[in-house]
Amino acid sequence: MAISFEIPEKLRQGLQMTEAVAKGVMRGEARRLDEHEHERPATFISLMWPVLREQQKRQLDRQAAGGPKREGLGTLNLNMVLTFEMLSWGDVGQTLCMPMALLAGAAIEAVGTPAQKERFLRRFAEGDAPVWGAMAMTEPGAGSDTSAIQTTATLDPATNEWVLNGEKIFCTNGKLALDESNGIVVVWATVDRAAGRAGMKPFVVEAGTPGVTVDKVEIKHGIRASDTASIVFRDARLPYENLLGSAEVHRTDGTTKGFKGAMATFDASRPLIAASAIGVGRAALEFVKDKLAAEGIDIPYDRPYHALSAVQRDVIEMEMQLKAAWLLTLRAASMLDHGQHNSLEASMAKTKAGKVVTAITQQAVAILGPLGYSREWLVEKWMRDAKINDIYEGTGQINTLIVARRILDYSSRELR
Amino acid sequence: MFSLTPTDEQQMLIDTVRRYATEAVRPAAHDADERGAFPGRLVQTGWELGILPGSIPESLGGFADEYSAVTGALAYEELAYGDVSLALRLMTPALVAVPLLLAGTDAQRARMMEQFLGETPPPVTAALLEPAISFDPLRPATTATRDDEGCYVLNGKKASVPLAEGAASILVYAADAETGQAQGFFVEGGTPGLTVGPREKLMGLRALPAYSLMLENVRVDPGQRLGGEAGIDFGLILAHSRVGLAALAVGVMRGALDYAVNYAKEREQFGAPIATRQAIAFMLAECAIEIDAARLMAWEAAWALDQGHDARRAAYLAKEYAAKAALMVTDAAVQTLGGHGYIREHPVERWLRDARGFAAIEGLAIV
Repeated sequence: MAISFEIPEKLRQGLQMTEAVAKGVMRGEARRLDEHEHERPATFISLMWPVLREQQKRQLDRQAAGGPKREGLGTLNLNMVLTFEMLSWGDVGQTLCMPMALLAGAAIEAVGTPAQKERFLRRFAEGDAPVWGAMAMTEPGAGSDTSAIQTTATLDPATNEWVLNGEKIFCTNGKLALDESNGIVVVWATVDRAAGRAGMKPFVVEAGTPGVTVDKVEIKHGIRASDTASIVFRDARLPYENLLGSAEVHRTDGTTKGFKGAMATFDASRPLIAASAIGVGRAALEFVKDKLAAEGIDIPYDRPYHALSAVQRDVIEMEMQLKAAWLLTLRAASMLDHGQHNSLEASMAKTKAGKVVTAITQQAVAILGPLGYSREWLVEKWMRDAKINDIYEGTGQINTLIVARRILDYSSRELR
Repeated sequence: MFSLTPTDEQQMLIDTVRRYATEAVRPAAHDADERGAFPGRLVQTGWELGILPGSIPESLGGFADEYSAVTGALAYEELAYGDVSLALRLMTPALVAVPLLLAGTDAQRARMMEQFLGETPPPVTAALLEPAISFDPLRPATTATRDDEGCYVLNGKKASVPLAEGAASILVYAADAETGQAQGFFVEGGTPGLTVGPREKLMGLRALPAYSLMLENVRVDPGQRLGGEAGIDFGLILAHSRVGLAALAVGVMRGALDYAVNYAKEREQFGAPIATRQAIAFMLAECAIEIDAARLMAWEAAWALDQGHDARRAAYLAKEYAAKAALMVTDAAVQTLGGHGYIREHPVERWLRDARGFAAIEGLAIV
């Protein structure tokens, strides 16, 4: 090995196609979808479905044949962050509507049995109608403190079914998964409230399950093209095999594999969210530079402090911070590809990206003055879109807490 | 292929330099700061690690396959983890050797390269900074004008020239009067018109002997112009220097964070280690993120330089980022120690003083 920041040629080529979609389709739809919340990005979805479906099909078929788990091992996560960055540069709300298993898929991949993978993921690999997967963790009373979830899963010994009761909120793509496709939602519920985290288990809930209702869809500050659902479970019955991982609550062999395994999906999802943030940040930065150039203001990179105007310094600062966040993100993703444990680095990337892109987009609005505030341009939308990245998949503060525990070598009990 | 794992050889270099920095430099750093110099023996031990000869290509008598800014950045971080003054002191000859590698003519290399392969560091240095608030490294106020005989005549003032006192040769950067471009000129010690001023008194980097320099009609033979008649692209040399400084800044930050983390876990207030409070823990976590970000920025720029890409912008951003982050991190380290951080018995205040130097200095390090 040697230190190299080279993006493989194959990925760069693929990225050109992604860029064409981002530029040609997503940008054109971005404003309309922002103004018409809850409308679906139909063009984007129909473009992406065949591509994502074939990817999922190849992966499932390979697994079924007993081959290596994933295609192109060694660049999968790198490719994902590059793709997410580019699509989010196009439009982050639409990006979130990608018809694929996504977080649900990651959880099933992490701890599912071969039979579960086939049963729950095959639908993402076939058919003309797009399918969505989602993850439901957050509840009205359990945000950052996931161990406080109240949704229960009780085993009915008579039928050997799990019975779910409770309410989940802020579920991205929840409505697309349950009401608008034959999708799935991975729902976290507790089988034993007294057991805390050890009692938390992921269950796969399929569209059409009686007792499962999409209660409402949130109206939001930004990412308006993305559906954010509340889901209510009233005696929703699931086959026993819809539990991912073991039902065992108390540690028998010193690990709680199911919980840890599924939580490890954050190791992959946080770099993606960071990449998504960076795509928005890059969109804003490029836009600002273009507009300034049109006003005759260029950005020099070889001048000392005194020779720069305040606006030039702002832009350089924005670019520097964006690049720092991007490199942290590439590192986190690449570590996964190299089979290295990356929880710390994933949280670093997510924290940094969420923070700097929030600041960058806000500064972009400021630099462009009254025009920046106008809905004629997309900058104000990017500012609203950017903010979610500092919130979902663990707020900036929660991810900072994770970093702090790691560098201080403290447990969650020692550093609360 | 994207990878952040150093080669085995690089890892050996890292381990060697880290051992020296941790075991030899760190224990000596406080006294060196107070006294204004490191013991000569310590510098000699550092020179014997062979960092500079190890970076010179075999074709020129060194031990490297090829010159690598990445390898340099790795070594610099470790050196600065020990002490940044010592790092700059030790690597002062590189201020001449690397520009020679990058831009020297064959004749200049043949004449001057051997001195960097010897058992003791050669008494050479470079002069770039100037005593002006609005100093611009690409447009120095020091001028080089050609006289009737084709010699260059240098005029101007230089600042913070390391080891200038007693230097046998100083690489002076001056604006070519014809083009306005920064160019390098080798000025021998004792050349008429060259005056080494008194040692400078700086806020930090106090163990690095640095001097001001006066050039009054200093005549230099045209063969002493770096790169000969064609001259140099100083922007490229500056980019290498900036990457070096960024890597040094990372080393300082890492040292400061390690110290602050250990302190915060030991120090008890309100009945518990202060590290168990989010106010402290979050500050330290943010430092850790900034350090990693700064390192990646430096590595990426170094890698781009090694690839032969135009990395000026990357190097500029890396250095700006690192200079800012170094201040933030060392300040946080002082803050973590509270009143104790302000006392010179603890090294954190020294690191804050040293770190402030990164915003002020250019061209003081070349990997």
